[in-house]
Amino acid sequence: MHKLYISKDYSSVAVGADEVALVVEKEASSRSIPLSIIRTGSYGLYWLEPLVEVQLEGTKRVAYGPVKPEDVRPLFESGFLNGGDHPLFIGDVQEHPYLKRQKRLIFERMGRLEPLSLDAYVEMGGFRGLKNALEWGQNRVIDEVTKSGLRGRGGAGFPTGIKWKTTWLAPSSQKYIVCNADEGDSGTFSDRMVMEGDPFLLIEGMMIAGFAVGANKGYIYLRSEYPLAYEILNKAIDICKQKGYLGSKLFGTSFSFDLEVYLGAGAYICGEETALLDSLEGKRGMVRPRPPLPAVKGLWGQPTVINNVITLASVPWILSYGGDAYARFGVNRSKGTLPVQLSGNLKYPGLVEVPFGISLKELIYEFGGGTRTGKPLKAIQIGGPLGPYLPESLLDIPLDYEELSKIKGIVGHGGIVAFDDSVNLAHMAHYAMEFCAEESCGKCTPCRIGSTRGMELMEKIIWGKGSRKDLELLFELCDTMINASLCGLGGMTPFPVLSALRYFPEDFGYSKQDIVAFATTN
Amino acid sequence: MDQKIEDLLAFYSTKPNGLIPFYHKVQEELGYIPKEFIPQIASSFNLSQAEVYGVLTFYADFRTQPPGKNILRICRAEACQSNGCHKLIKKAKEALRIDFGQTSADGQVTLLPTFCFGNCANGPSVSLNGKLYGRVDVQKMEKLIASIQQCYA
Repeated sequence: MHKLYISKDYSSVAVGADEVALVVEKEASSRSIPLSIIRTGSYGLYWLEPLVEVQLEGTKRVAYGPVKPEDVRPLFESGFLNGGDHPLFIGDVQEHPYLKRQKRLIFERMGRLEPLSLDAYVEMGGFRGLKNALEWGQNRVIDEVTKSGLRGRGGAGFPTGIKWKTTWLAPSSQKYIVCNADEGDSGTFSDRMVMEGDPFLLIEGMMIAGFAVGANKGYIYLRSEYPLAYEILNKAIDICKQKGYLGSKLFGTSFSFDLEVYLGAGAYICGEETALLDSLEGKRGMVRPRPPLPAVKGLWGQPTVINNVITLASVPWILSYGGDAYARFGVNRSKGTLPVQLSGNLKYPGLVEVPFGISLKELIYEFGGGTRTGKPLKAIQIGGPLGPYLPESLLDIPLDYEELSKIKGIVGHGGIVAFDDSVNLAHMAHYAMEFCAEESCGKCTPCRIGSTRGMELMEKIIWGKGSRKDLELLFELCDTMINASLCGLGGMTPFPVLSALRYFPEDFGYSKQDIVAFATTN
Repeated sequence: MDQKIEDLLAFYSTKPNGLIPFYHKVQEELGYIPKEFIPQIASSFNLSQAEVYGVLTFYADFRTQPPGKNILRICRAEACQSNGCHKLIKKAKEALRIDFGQTSADGQVTLLPTFCFGNCANGPSVSLNGKLYGRVDVQKMEKLIASIQQCYA
């Protein structure tokens, strides 16, 4: 019986993984070759998807990709089931430089196992972190997470240990763990990959968080654009319930934990934690002023830990190997690894988990392979749609929260989008304002009105009718939005705008000198 | 409101955060959420009509008008833009003679923008009736539109 592995991940299916699996099955049955296809998550070598891995004798696997349905017959003819030679032959994926150069802690199992096989998860080290946590007790769990230096991987980069401690110390008999799975940033997909490719990892992370702070109920707030993640998470939760991994008095301890997936409804703002809470309470997703912090007064007024998927998915490794082991990766105050998502105009887009400290240049060129179109790279946007546009000359900057913030850059959710020289940054800046106008929750004036006024100003400038006064006004408007908005949406929308103006003034019809006068204040 | 919707309302109105899941279910059943339901929803959830209407109109997913028989979505976020999604948008708008948010005159196709499918590495992304397509170029877009039009030609 031959064993094959084909990704079932949403993004792989979008480029034909289902069709390829079907054709492989048909071709095998017409040749009377018995085989079983295991649908896995994706390794994240997306330019090679659909990737077909074949199990050879023993444990070795070799891969072929990207496979189109019409490639299947020639693959059979060249004996790919026994590792035969073919132009699409990739070899052992684990030895592929793209994967080998990474340091996969969170994504260690990704692509290798069947996402919904609890046995496979446990066999590959799953639930070891939770087991340790239950043995060690709350104090030490929070201590290990603090020692690890783990910071929120969703946006602001707040230390996770401190957040947990705050909730732990907050007096209440009812506390919650909320997973922010509203991954709405363009250019980000690592949350989706975890939920689709290794769902028990997220569940384990949430259980550890629940145990640490004394919460017995968790919610995964999932964006509706991820239907496959919804299906897989719900199945994974059911399996955990059946097998005694979720429920009351787990593993003979007094710890109980229940988990539910709650589906969002297409609002980017709900990725902001307080708006997310309102939405999770069944209301409009409106931002709440802080304080009080959700860690003290969150869901239905109770102490609530809100962490993003990757943050929670980092926790099982930390609890398995210890906080110090995790903190050995990374640099300065940016510890551990970050699953960087490379996309846009790149030859080799995909998921790259690396320790902090790697330069952006290395990510774009060594991993990403430069632009797909072969034209010169003009700009990258890092940290999502509210992150700045950076020119090639700045790419020596290391991936590091503090280093990036020196140039007003953000790590955000770790997404990097590349653009070749056909991009017009004035249009992208206009788009940023348009996006903010579209997605503003409307609670505060700088964001609600500012984004619309910003769009109008930008239109004037793009049409060549912008005067120096308009430019002045635009800078002032950005200043107001940054300093007076209630949350990051209004407060950060100026980042792509100002960076585009600063580094690419010619796209707006201005010269460097025009901008210099303002650059010192902004 | 038919019995099925009544049952859903009875179930979800007992939950503290049931309104959004209830809307999802109604839309799954009917394709949209009729505004006529608002008074009854409000009274079941013990909320004001303004509150339930507010939630209904806040979220991009929910609609109060029936959509076309086919729903075509095109991602217009940055990563897809960097790979030329504007060409696909132009093609779709021209072929269907509608703008984003509109339904073709024959009621067959509703065209919607999406801000990220999480398929950024394999963009540009388009979805037709829930099935996602990656690395879409103009030719593939034409084929997708033709496949819809063949269905109702």
